[in-house]
Formats: sequence, structure tokens, C-alpha cells
Amino acid sequence: MTASRLAKGGSAIDRSRPIRFSFDGSTVHGFAGDTIASALLAGDVAVVGRSFKYHRPRGIWGAGVEEPNAMVDVGGSLASAPNIRATTEPARDGLVTRSVNATPTAQTDRNAFLDRFARFIPAAFYYKTFMWPDWHMFEPRIRAMAGLGKVDRDWTSPGIADQINHHCDLLVVGAGPAGLAAAKLAAGAGLSVTLVDDQRKPGGSLAHRAGDVDGKPAATWVAESVAQLAGAGHVILPSTPAFGIYDHNLVGLNQRHFDGRPDTLWRVRPRQIVLATGAIERPLPFANNDLPGIMSADAALVYLRRYAVLVGRRVVVATNNDSAYEVAAALAEAGADVTLVDIRRDGMPDTPAKVRLVKGQALASASGRLRVEGVTLDDGTRLDADCVLVSGGWTPTIHLFGQARGKLAWSEQRAAFLPGDAVDGIAVAGAASGAVSLSEVFASSVNAVASLGETAEPAPRSTGPESTGGISAAWPMPGSKGRIWIDYQNDVTAKDVELAARENFVSVEHLKRYTTLGMATDQGKTSNLPGLALMAAITGRTVPEVGTTTYRPPFTPVPLPSFAGVRVGEMLAPLRRLPLENVHRASGGVFQEYGGWLRPAHYGGGADADRSIQDEALRARQSVALFDGSTLGKIEVIGPKAAEFLDFIYYNTMSTLKPGRCRYGFMLSENGVVFDDGVLVRLDEHRFVVSCSSSHVAAVHARLEEWRQDRFGRGAVYIHNATADMATLTVSGPNARKLVETLELGLSLDDAVLPHMAIGHGSYGGDEVRIARVSFTGDRSYEISIRADRAEPLWAHLRQAGQAFDAVLIGLEALMILRAEKGFIVIGKDTDGTTLPHDLGSDAPRAKRQADYVGRRSLFTDEASRGNRMQLVGLTVPQGEAPLPTGGHGITRIEGRLRSQGFVTSSYQSPTLGRPVALGLIERGGARHGEAIEIQHLGKIRTATIAAPCAFDPAGDRLHA
Amino acid sequence: MQLFPCPFCGPRDESEFHYGGHAGNARPDGAGMPAEGWAGYLYLRPNPKGTAREIWVHMNCGEFFVMERDTVSHTVLSVTTLGGEHAA
Ligand SMILES: [Zn+2]
Repeated sequence: MTASRLAKGGSAIDRSRPIRFSFDGSTVHGFAGDTIASALLAGDVAVVGRSFKYHRPRGIWGAGVEEPNAMVDVGGSLASAPNIRATTEPARDGLVTRSVNATPTAQTDRNAFLDRFARFIPAAFYYKTFMWPDWHMFEPRIRAMAGLGKVDRDWTSPGIADQINHHCDLLVVGAGPAGLAAAKLAAGAGLSVTLVDDQRKPGGSLAHRAGDVDGKPAATWVAESVAQLAGAGHVILPSTPAFGIYDHNLVGLNQRHFDGRPDTLWRVRPRQIVLATGAIERPLPFANNDLPGIMSADAALVYLRRYAVLVGRRVVVATNNDSAYEVAAALAEAGADVTLVDIRRDGMPDTPAKVRLVKGQALASASGRLRVEGVTLDDGTRLDADCVLVSGGWTPTIHLFGQARGKLAWSEQRAAFLPGDAVDGIAVAGAASGAVSLSEVFASSVNAVASLGETAEPAPRSTGPESTGGISAAWPMPGSKGRIWIDYQNDVTAKDVELAARENFVSVEHLKRYTTLGMATDQGKTSNLPGLALMAAITGRTVPEVGTTTYRPPFTPVPLPSFAGVRVGEMLAPLRRLPLENVHRASGGVFQEYGGWLRPAHYGGGADADRSIQDEALRARQSVALFDGSTLGKIEVIGPKAAEFLDFIYYNTMSTLKPGRCRYGFMLSENGVVFDDGVLVRLDEHRFVVSCSSSHVAAVHARLEEWRQDRFGRGAVYIHNATADMATLTVSGPNARKLVETLELGLSLDDAVLPHMAIGHGSYGGDEVRIARVSFTGDRSYEISIRADRAEPLWAHLRQAGQAFDAVLIGLEALMILRAEKGFIVIGKDTDGTTLPHDLGSDAPRAKRQADYVGRRSLFTDEASRGNRMQLVGLTVPQGEAPLPTGGHGITRIEGRLRSQGFVTSSYQSPTLGRPVALGLIERGGARHGEAIEIQHLGKIRTATIAAPCAFDPAGDRLHA
Repeated sequence: MQLFPCPFCGPRDESEFHYGGHAGNARPDGAGMPAEGWAGYLYLRPNPKGTAREIWVHMNCGEFFVMERDTVSHTVLSVTTLGGEHAA
């Protein structure tokens, strides 16, 4: 072998706390502080997953968020999540981890045969092959084979993710040397600082790269700096990746906990931001550069110094820049046999002790089956190796800068895109800004803080060895031999990019979508730049001419519970509830949601809900019904111009209404369409109550406010939504008056004093009550409104006294039958987004009103005056037939083809009439009463007769009976 | 998420606001308005690139106001109450 744990060392691990977890069914041993990846490496597990498309064996590439290969599904009692990066996930006792896209295990995947067909499945293979006859024929099987991790459908989140809104003067993203220095400088200048980092411990590269700061070992300087900032009250959040910068510099953070709690979402509104997000090491292009055992050179140093894992015994380090020299030196020092292959011929640092240097050579290919066994250089030299470390240079992590609409500038010297023109309130420091050596990094922190207008001193002083920025670009080149991987996670090779260029997908955005380069869960952190550099070479352009794709959040995946917060389950769309809900439940109320309200649909009935609804509707007509109408809108309109205001708001004239009286009317939208209907109550000269549909209260209230503020002014009208203040209990039926009399409300119920469409005031138990003679059933009705918290005794009284009259509790379903028998409409059910008031038979205001009102002009367009508009009608079918299907279309036949003439909007069995009743919107329906019409629904055709909407008591005698 | 300065409540998240149309879309009163003019009031919107004057309502306090903002950079340039007072 090959990778192993050293006997001592490892700054991140605690050897006194051994842990165990499983990977693909085998036990893995590690120490507290290990990541899943470091523990797997320590156990010499080379193959940790299978690639997306070809099922190639893949090993650990990196040690951080950029990881393209080492993804696992995590389960066990503490967590359940698919596609977790093994390189950033702490190893914990009892975790159950599985490799992705591998059956049964990564080592022995049975779909590995797919790789032998690779040349038949290049980029866009699926687009081109499965077009005919229909993609949907192939989709299910292809989808079953595609994808990486598996979601555990049975797992539920252990709780609700906290969401925290946070404000500070300065947010520093990244707690490496650049971020720590910037945070200390800003704190010194008196700013409140929040410092966040995606890793479990602050320090960044100082946790594994050599260097002294201010004369101290780096680790000491990091610990002291963190303690100093925390002690001064600044906020430091490790394990908290900043995943996005949004409009007006809102920054999203996802804080991880690792103890079973859901993550915490932070929405940070900093005054200013320093991005010290570091840089990501790039792979080198050579054939089979995806074999397990080929790793980022910097990652090998992380595993050595933080986790005491030596990644190989015979190591080839291939590089085009200086940063790999420290890696080669450290591995040789730790006992590995190291050959350093540098593409450059001169300008390199000194060759480290015990390291063989081959200069002016690049790797041509790697060989091996389930792990790398050797490499061949450009000149044909073959070197045996159990591990190949590569450094193709560094890509500054400018994702957040790009999200904030920062422009990038290409640096030939650094072979990378660097931050370009400044973005308001955002500065970039450290490796993200192109700095390489520690002294450059600290200088960039001073510049960043100073550029935000703050004094920046004293700057930390680097006293360690200085690395240099020397790099010789080593991009993938067209026409290279073998399969050179560009995007490991989505299995995109150099040949795929060349294919895209041949087929003219040369724009960077087209390249991405055609080949899926950069579209995997790692979002191309290691692959985007090599991919577009190759496209540049193929098309004879420069890298900046090709450009980058757009940077969008999230930088790293964020669990959906973080975004959801409390908005889950019932809280996703909280229902409004009746004050008497518990009383209704005790009476057998069966609740359903109606327009955002939870209301009794009916009472009792068990499995036979229909029968119970029919029974309620029948008994309501026979004696007396009790109904909870508390959801009805009650919006008060008050003020010297209230009457004028309501004349403008309503289609009907309202200012002529006398105090103490009610009037039914429509509100229109400016396009003339009926927006709401209901009864307006005039309490006194300057005070009205708008009763609007239960589900429409917020929308009506908003419209009233808009017209008030836009047209009438604050001093003229005042609007108050009193819907929740009062409960409204309705007593309806031939015996309604007798039952209400038992309440002894202290007012006359004489019809001469309190006729239909009038209101009265009384009291019950010392509380004021308002009684309105308004009816939605067609029977004599009393709507009694009382303070919501005092409604219960009144309701109990009505039920008790109601026993003498065989009173029945009715739910919303029975009420719907009663109103449909009368032809009373429900807006949005019996009307649609084209219905004008005259379509509902309300012609008079349109014909007579001279004053302006909302929607008026729209009632006089060609469209509004069209002769064949759909109009409200009743539809009858013979006794004994089933009710018409709601939604069924009235049809005519033109040369054998069916044409819709409108549709059924409401349909019920009427127990009182002993036959179905229905309402509909039918072309010219108002003039076609008595005419037969065919109704088509799901291929079945029945015959109905067009009638007046009102099917029961058309003279309205029962209102007064 | 943008920060909008409600003239009454101060800076708040954009999710607390509703768009109420472009400012200056005066309602042409009267039945005599030609159909084209009325259709313009109902449906034609300028959708400018750059500075826009818009009506917004802050749902939490219920107040409508005029906001000038840049539709490209998303910079808020000014807010004014319907009564005409400028907020800082
Ligand atoms: Zn406000």
C-alpha cells in the first residue's frame, strides 16, 4: 500500500477519541477531528465513488469545498443527506456513509462496463439519440441510471432550522491569513466585525502551510487573533460557508452544527464586506488524470499536516508552479519517495532535500485500474507511483465577487481571473485577489480595509519563507492523446469540449449547457477555467475573449430546511381559524379549508358526508339553521367622504343608502371584471361596513386603501379591517325570528322596525351585538355579530333554545346548496376573469349611473357590448337524474365539431326541490331561458334546460315568512 | 434581497413590499375617454432601462409611496410619500 496514518502529528485530530463509522458497509476507524475523507485515506480506501456517466472509479481529489469526486450519502441517527462532500463532512461515531452512483459498492460497481462504451456516449449523446419517437419513452430508464446520491424518503428533519437576521459594520468571508488580518485591522478601526469560514477551525492555509507571523508560529498567531476578536465581542462563525451575495449586498450564510440539529441560516446585512475566500488548486491535463490516487498537491499537504495521513509511499508530484515544492518537501520529510516533475525548465525554487526533480516535463498519461500505478512523461519516461499529486495553478475563489456583479480581469501572469473593478462596499483580499506569498496576502488585507475607507494598521508581518508566484500555464490542448478529464463530476473530457467546438457551441454558456461542464453539484470549481481555456485554444481566442459563465448562488449546496425555516407543514400557509373552532369540533364539525379559512364543511355523518350535508340543507328550509359566518369580511369605512368614496368603489350607488340599512353590490376591477360582491351596511352618516367574501378580505382591504390614498386622501376616509374583531352567528329559516327572540337582545324584531336589509343594535350578556337582516339562504335570516371572545355563550344559547325548534347546525357545504337553489353567486366560482356585472343580470348602474366609478369605462368597450357574452343562468335536468358535472361545457355542433358555449359553475342535488340545481355561464344565456342545451364532460353528453338562476322561491316570499 | 426605504418605517426587505404600477399613470375619468386612452391606462407600461418612477406599497404599514430606482443597478434613488414629502 500506500496511504497510511503516521504515528504522530495531525493538528486537527484528537487521538484520545477514536471513532468508528461505516462506508459501503465496511467499518472505518478514525479520530475525532477527522473528515470522512481523511479517515478513508488513513484506511487506504482508494475508490470512494463512481463517476456520473461512465461509472469510472474515482478517489479523493481535494480537501475542501471544491471536491468533485468524493461524495457520499450520509445516514444514521445524526443525519441524512445525499451527495455530501466527504472532504468537508466531519467523521462521527455511528455515521452510515455510502458511495454515490455505485452498486453495490464503489469498489465493485456493476455498471463499470459502461466505461467500455464511452466512445459511443460523448457529450450530447442523449440529446441526439433519444429524440425519436419521443424522449419521454426513454426518460424513466435514463433517469434511473443517472443522478448521484439517493434521498432517504422516510427521513424527516429533526426540527426546524433557525434563521437569524444579522447586522454588522464589516463581514469578512474567510478566516485564513487574509481574512483574519482584515478582521483585526477593521476591529482596530472600531468596526463591529463578523468573521465566517467554511472550515471547522479558523486559519485557512496557515493550518497546513509553513510561515511565521509577527515572529510567532502561524498556529499561535491564529489562536491569539481569534481569541482577541472574540474577546472584544466580534462574531466568529466557523463551519459557516457564505453561499451567496444577493441584491444590496445581503449575504447568505449556512451555519453547520454536526450534532443532529438542522443548520442555521444567517441573513447578514453588513455595511461592508471583505472577501478573503482563498483560491482553489487546479488539476493538470493528462490522459486518465481521473484515476484514484491522483490528487491535488495542496490537499496532500492538508492530509499530512492536519490529519497525519501520508497519502502515498511512491509519490510523483507534477506541477507548473511553486506551491507544490513545499508539498514535495513535506512528503519526502515524512518518509515518502518523491519525484517532482515540473513543466518549467528554469525560474524554479531550490529543489527540496530528498526530492528528485525532473524539469521541463509534463505528465502525458497515468495508468492503473482501480488506482494509479504509474505515469508516463512527455518524453516517454515511465515512473511507478502509488500516488500522483498535481498542481495546475490556483484559481482565485471569486464566486461571491462575481455574484455581486463584480467584473473579472484576466491576469496572464497568474494564469487566472482576478477581481476587476471595485464593487461598492466590497473589497477582496488574499489569494482571492491573486496574492501568493504571505507578505503579499497581508499587504492585500491592508489595501482591502483601506479601500473601504477605514484606517488599516498595524499590518501583520510575515516572517516565514516566501513563496513566489511563478507559474507556467498548463491548459488542456486540442488534439491531445487519450481521455483527459476536465470536469470529473460530470464526466466531461477534452474530447467533449472539442466536439462542442466542432458543432459550434463555442460560446461559454453554450459550451456549459451542451457538455454539462460545470453543471454538477461542485459547479465546476476545479473544471471551469481549464474547460474554457481549452475552448480558447481550439477557437484561436484568448481566455478572456471566451469569458466565464455567470456566477450565481449558492457557492456550496444549502439544505432546503435552511431556506424553509419555520415555513414547513402547517406554517407554510397558516390557516385562519374560527373563534368557535373547538365548539364546532365538539359538535362533530368536519373541517376543511375554504379560501384560507378552516371551517366546518358539515357536522357528523361519518363516512356518509353527502347524506349529512343533504340532511342539513333539508332541515334548514324546514325550521331553523345555525351557521357560523364569522369569516365574512367586515371592513369599516369611516370619514366625511366615506359615502363619496364608496360610490366610487362600488358599481352600485351607495350614498343614497339610509343609515341603518344594507345594500347588495359589486366591486369591479378597472378592467370592468367583477372583483367582489357583498352587502354594504350604513351604520350612520359617515360610517359603513363593507362585507366582502371570506377569502377576499385582504385583497378588498388593499384595494380600498389604494384608492383612499391615491384619490381621496388620509383626511377624508379612514379604513379599518374589523373582520377578526367580531364573530358573526347566523340564524336562518322559517323559525329564525322565534329563535332570536329567545336571546332577548333588547331590540324590536318587528319587521316594520327591522325589515329585510336593515340592521339593529342590541346587547347580549352586557356586550353590544349588531343584527343584520341579510340572507344568503333565501330564508328569513339574522346575522348576529358580537365580540369574538364573547361569542361562545351566545352560540350555546342559540343551540339550547334551538332544540325546541329542531334547529340544525349547518356547515359550508349545506350553505352552498341553499344559496345555489336561490341562484346566489360565489365570485370566482360562478364568475371568471372575464365576467362583467351585466353578465350577471345587473344592468341598471351601467345604464343609468352618471358619476364615475372603478371599472366604468371598461363596461362600454366593444368587448363589453358584444352580443354573445356568457351570462349567468340556471341549468335544470329532469328529476331522478344526477347533478350536472361542475366544469362541464355547454356545446353546439358546427359541422360535426363541438364548440363550447360556456360551462357549469355550480351544481348540487337539492333535497328541498328533490332534483339537481345548477348555475352556469352560457353564451346569450339570459335570453335563452327554456332552451335545451347539451352539456359535455369527459366525452359524455347530457341534455339540460336553460333557466333563470333562481330555482327556489323566485318571488322571495320566504325572506319575510 | 433588496432593501427598500419605506418613508414611514425605514429600510425593510423587499419581500414586505408590493409593486403598484408606474408613477404618473393618471386615471382618465369619465365615460368619454377614447378606448385607446383607456387601454393605455389599463395595460401600457413603460418598463424603462435605468431610472424608473414607481408606486410601491409597504404591506406592513399599508402605506403607498413613490420610489425612484435604477432597474439596472437596483440602486434606490429616492422615496416620496403620496403627500409629496421626501424621505431621507
Ligand atoms: Zn412602512
